[in-house]
Amino acid sequence: MDDTVAKSSTDNKTWDGNNKPLNASYGKMMMWFFIVSDALTFSGFLAAYGFSRFKFIDSWPIADEVFTHIPFVHGNYPMYYVAFMTFVLIFSSVTMVLAVDAGHHMKKNKVIVYLFLTIIGGAIFVGSQAWEWGTFIKGSYGAVETKGGKILQFVKEDGSRVAIGDFAVPIPSERTTQENNNGIWYESEGTRTSVSLAEVTKGFLTDESILIRTQYLDENGERTVLSRAESVEKLKAEGVGIVEGANLKHNEYGTPLFADFFFFITGFHGFHVFSGVIFNIIVFFNVIIGTYERRKSYEMVEKVGLYWHFVDLVWVFVFTVFYLV
Amino acid sequence: MSDDHNLAIFRGKLKFKSNVSKIWGVFTLLSIITIVEVYLGITKPAFLTEHNLFALKYLNWIFLALTLVKAYYITWDFMHMRDEKMGLRRAVVWTAGFLIIYLIFILLVEGNYIFDVFDAGYVKFNF
Repeated sequence: MDDTVAKSSTDNKTWDGNNKPLNASYGKMMMWFFIVSDALTFSGFLAAYGFSRFKFIDSWPIADEVFTHIPFVHGNYPMYYVAFMTFVLIFSSVTMVLAVDAGHHMKKNKVIVYLFLTIIGGAIFVGSQAWEWGTFIKGSYGAVETKGGKILQFVKEDGSRVAIGDFAVPIPSERTTQENNNGIWYESEGTRTSVSLAEVTKGFLTDESILIRTQYLDENGERTVLSRAESVEKLKAEGVGIVEGANLKHNEYGTPLFADFFFFITGFHGFHVFSGVIFNIIVFFNVIIGTYERRKSYEMVEKVGLYWHFVDLVWVFVFTVFYLV
Repeated sequence: MSDDHNLAIFRGKLKFKSNVSKIWGVFTLLSIITIVEVYLGITKPAFLTEHNLFALKYLNWIFLALTLVKAYYITWDFMHMRDEKMGLRRAVVWTAGFLIIYLIFILLVEGNYIFDVFDAGYVKFNF
């Protein structure tokens, strides 16, 4: 174990850094203190999410309605995919702790196998997170944004959602997106949506069975659905644009703050997973070439293990705060 | 190093024969908790969502409690906190625990207050 730290003239001198307070080596203790500070960073983000949610407690998006997709499968499956991601991360934590255990017994080949499985698990998780982002950015049903930045969604009378593309009536037009490479260079516009507000309004007025659902929650925690007359009035008076999917400024599922926090917190966590995979790969190759065998200690596996478990620990909280509560 | 693991969980009620079997035991426990969480999250039983305790539904209190249980076993068994000295354990857990609880308390109370200001109609929206 002593071989993990560089030898210096202070060896065997209690008051010159050779002592191990709390029975933990220097590297392990510093990893713990880094984890404490990183935990405080993450709790700052999650507490800020809680702050914004309490501020807009009557109109916050319901996670069950936002994350409903599974790759390659159509339909409405809330939570299943993120539950799968959680299992992948917990399982990669298990293989990591098995690698640490094998390292204590100096079983090089077992460490290699378990570390490899951990890296695979981490890669699957990061890939899933990227897919989850892609789905969220692309959106599902589309919505109309109001003057005040609120969201109007469309439902049938039985409460099932309708995509704006399904009822919008096409209005023939020649318009194309103004890009800054044609015409005046300083004039450009944002992304053009697949249907325009005029087309959605026309389709909405044609189809009498469609109602508007606001982002405000009623006393049962469901979104408020307006009557047909109120819906028509609301759309004509307040609709200013179409939102498809989500970015940092617009979010078809509700308040843009939800999307901001989603991108920021899961992005920051995903970055941790990514860097954890990189650390694991470095240690993995060090194990293969026998670095720790020569040191007679696999403590480095234990230290990256601590980091990896911390990433799992954070995900447990992100999962609860974003998807369950 | 290999022989000094504390192999008992549930306050000594369940003792494993080896560190590896303890790891699988803890994994089973974490999986069961996650399955219960997902089940409750999808079904949302009415008797748990109807009533609030301190501005949070019973269901959400259950989620938070289960999350803390999971966090405990990840830290104690996967991160080997169970085998560390009490001084290190407290330096890590008490420091983080105190600061996080304090921060959450302040921000949630403040968020709730701002909601009330909007709700009472004094300010429509200005930030």
